[in-house]
Amino acid sequence: MSNYNFAYLDEQTKRMIRRAILKGLAVPGYQVPFASREMPMPYGWGTGGVQVSAATLTPEDTLKVIDQGADDTTNAVSIRKFFERTAGVETTEETEQASVIQTRHRIPEAKLREDQILVYQVPIPEPLRFLEPRETETRKMHSLEEYGLMHVKLYEDISQHGAIATSYAYPVKVEDRYVMDPSPIPKFDNPKMEMAAIQLFGAGREQRIYAVPPYTKVVSLDFEDYPFEATKAEHACDLCGAEDSYLDEVIVDDAGNRMFVCSDTDYCRSRRGAGHVGRLAQEEVA
Amino acid sequence: MIELNNVNKSFTLHNQGSAVIPVMEGASLSVEPGECVGLIGASGSGKSTLMRLIYGNYLAASGQILVGNVDVASAEPREILALRRDTLGYVSQFLRVVPRVPTLDVVAEPLLAVGKSQAEARDKAATLLSLLNIPEGLWGLSPTTFSGGEQQRVNIARGFAYEYPALLLDEPTASLDAKNRDMVLGLIEGAKARGAAIIGIFHDEGARERVCDRFIDVTGFSPQVAA
Amino acid sequence: MRADKDFRENTRARTETVKPLLQVREIEKRYGARIGCTGVNFDLYPGEVMGIVGESGSGKSTLLNCLAGHLEPDAGQVIFDTRADGPVDTVTMSEPERRMLSRTDWAFVHQHARDGLRTSVSAGGNIGERLMAVGDRHYGNIRERAIDWLGRVEISETRVDDRPTAFSGGMQQRLQIARNLVTGPRLVFMDEPTGGLDVSVQARLLDLLRGLVREMGLSALIVTHDLAVVRLLADRLMVMKDGHVVETGLTDQVLDDPQHAYTQLLVSSVLQV
Repeated sequence: MSNYNFAYLDEQTKRMIRRAILKGLAVPGYQVPFASREMPMPYGWGTGGVQVSAATLTPEDTLKVIDQGADDTTNAVSIRKFFERTAGVETTEETEQASVIQTRHRIPEAKLREDQILVYQVPIPEPLRFLEPRETETRKMHSLEEYGLMHVKLYEDISQHGAIATSYAYPVKVEDRYVMDPSPIPKFDNPKMEMAAIQLFGAGREQRIYAVPPYTKVVSLDFEDYPFEATKAEHACDLCGAEDSYLDEVIVDDAGNRMFVCSDTDYCRSRRGAGHVGRLAQEEVA
Repeated sequence: MIELNNVNKSFTLHNQGSAVIPVMEGASLSVEPGECVGLIGASGSGKSTLMRLIYGNYLAASGQILVGNVDVASAEPREILALRRDTLGYVSQFLRVVPRVPTLDVVAEPLLAVGKSQAEARDKAATLLSLLNIPEGLWGLSPTTFSGGEQQRVNIARGFAYEYPALLLDEPTASLDAKNRDMVLGLIEGAKARGAAIIGIFHDEGARERVCDRFIDVTGFSPQVAA
Repeated sequence: MRADKDFRENTRARTETVKPLLQVREIEKRYGARIGCTGVNFDLYPGEVMGIVGESGSGKSTLLNCLAGHLEPDAGQVIFDTRADGPVDTVTMSEPERRMLSRTDWAFVHQHARDGLRTSVSAGGNIGERLMAVGDRHYGNIRERAIDWLGRVEISETRVDDRPTAFSGGMQQRLQIARNLVTGPRLVFMDEPTGGLDVSVQARLLDLLRGLVREMGLSALIVTHDLAVVRLLADRLMVMKDGHVVETGLTDQVLDDPQHAYTQLLVSSVLQV
């Protein structure tokens, strides 16, 4: 292996982070401050998620890392390599096989189980920040449950765009108490947050950890006359034919032709492995 | 309805060596419902001061000023406000209004204050304004731009819009032509007939003789000047 | 006179059975050794408008902020007649309760509209915020009420989606008033509401405020140094100097027959137009 302490961080730091995680699980949706460490990667590359993963991993765990749903992008590959080297844990690209999944901006399509942990990378944990710049005031608003301002944001959306145009980082209310930023996942993923797995959120630069325990109520904010909608592109995956997965739009040539593919690469691959075929799958193979 | 007992008033000018200027001593009078009493006396003898004391605009130094059953000399501000809203009207020589408010609304305001509907209040205001020959074209404008005579008539319309049981009239017919003067005196007679107690200052002798039942010379309330 | 007797009884009933909306008792605020305001006592009744006048530094703004819960007084009580529980001392009530009060039954109109508006949010959103804060979750209703209130403060419906930064000073102030009054408060605190506005714009605002005060039966406390403003808006007046109340009374009585040396100076210092 290497001379790194298991999973890079020293034991004291991991203990500190675990305390923050436990507090976060005890108070679902509440942002717990923690002493975020310098990590060997720039802010914005998942320093918060990496610290939470480091404090969560045990030698027996199997880690999966995804970035926008994909296992093979730079961010995902380098974080996976980071833990391979510093923790020596097994890694996988299969959602089924993983016990800890660190994610940036997606929730896997496959249903997660009770023995799994989903770790989110969070850039800005405070959902009220864009309307109320004062941290003292946003803390007070959380403690007093003064969340009218969240709806002001949605009101502005409707008045400007005729519909709630917020399509990612769509605010949710957790267990009828705290309003929470679900990190920049597409709002298509919001309904999946009521799940069996533990969900942990880490914001490195902002030094906040929060959590959603299994089977916790997570409601997307909306208006009675403009209800929440989990939207996706109106297509099926061009590779695996899936109609229920979140799609990325890919421009394929200079003529502006495009294709839609599952953003969750593992989901797409496993469907194709099971024999599902999309509109353009043949050409791709050829 | 209106009763004064031994009312004294002096002004203390704190910024001029605390000079104390007594202006009224031992003023006593009584006015019954349906009665109009004219105040007389030379200019500066205190007629307007007496009116202002009764209205609560000036603070009496001592004595009792009963209007209905409220002692204006000792009442709380809100009691005086209620008195002015429900019982005691005052037509002064000067019009003081919020700029920009249309004349019709200026006149209707006392009725709205006692809870009449907009429609009823404006109806009554319109009737009075036409009675007092204010051209309808002006009703939508603020009276601040009107001539002295027009402002005076707007003031009177406002004073008579709501039927106060007690009325103070400070020179209501000054600067009015014969026709309008006659109209105003008619309004005063009407108020008397419905039982209002009225105290008025009239320089115009004819008007005085026509509406007043008796006179009180306020010179009698002047302090004995120690010369 | 029957009618006459009825009137008397009405007057009496109206003035005596009503209880004060706000009772202020011995309020004191110090800044170290310096007195902000001290020994302030008064009752404000429903529908009453009281002006607080005095020069800069007289303690009038300090007093207003103590009463509105923006500053914590060092001593004294501010007892508000709440809808649910009757008279409650707002100085000692819990912060959530006080904040709820300031979103529902209280309103605060700042001198500078920008202090009381969200400049990054549209006019409609500014008005709607208080509705959403008390739980309104129907976009259509919220927008309808925002547009209704824009009309009441004489701002065109077409400006509902514009940000207040695109508004003139007078419009911003009217928007601030709409934003405050949309939840039907019973007590409005105003800090120099016409300060910094052109005279013609002031007149329009005063007229608007007077109308709203009467229609909604509002009680208001207005801090200003402008005696013309209180003469037109306030029923009663409180004159402050060096943190102390030196004179109180009916507005026209205080202005026309001032008793205290300072009030006489204040009144005689006003330029006559």
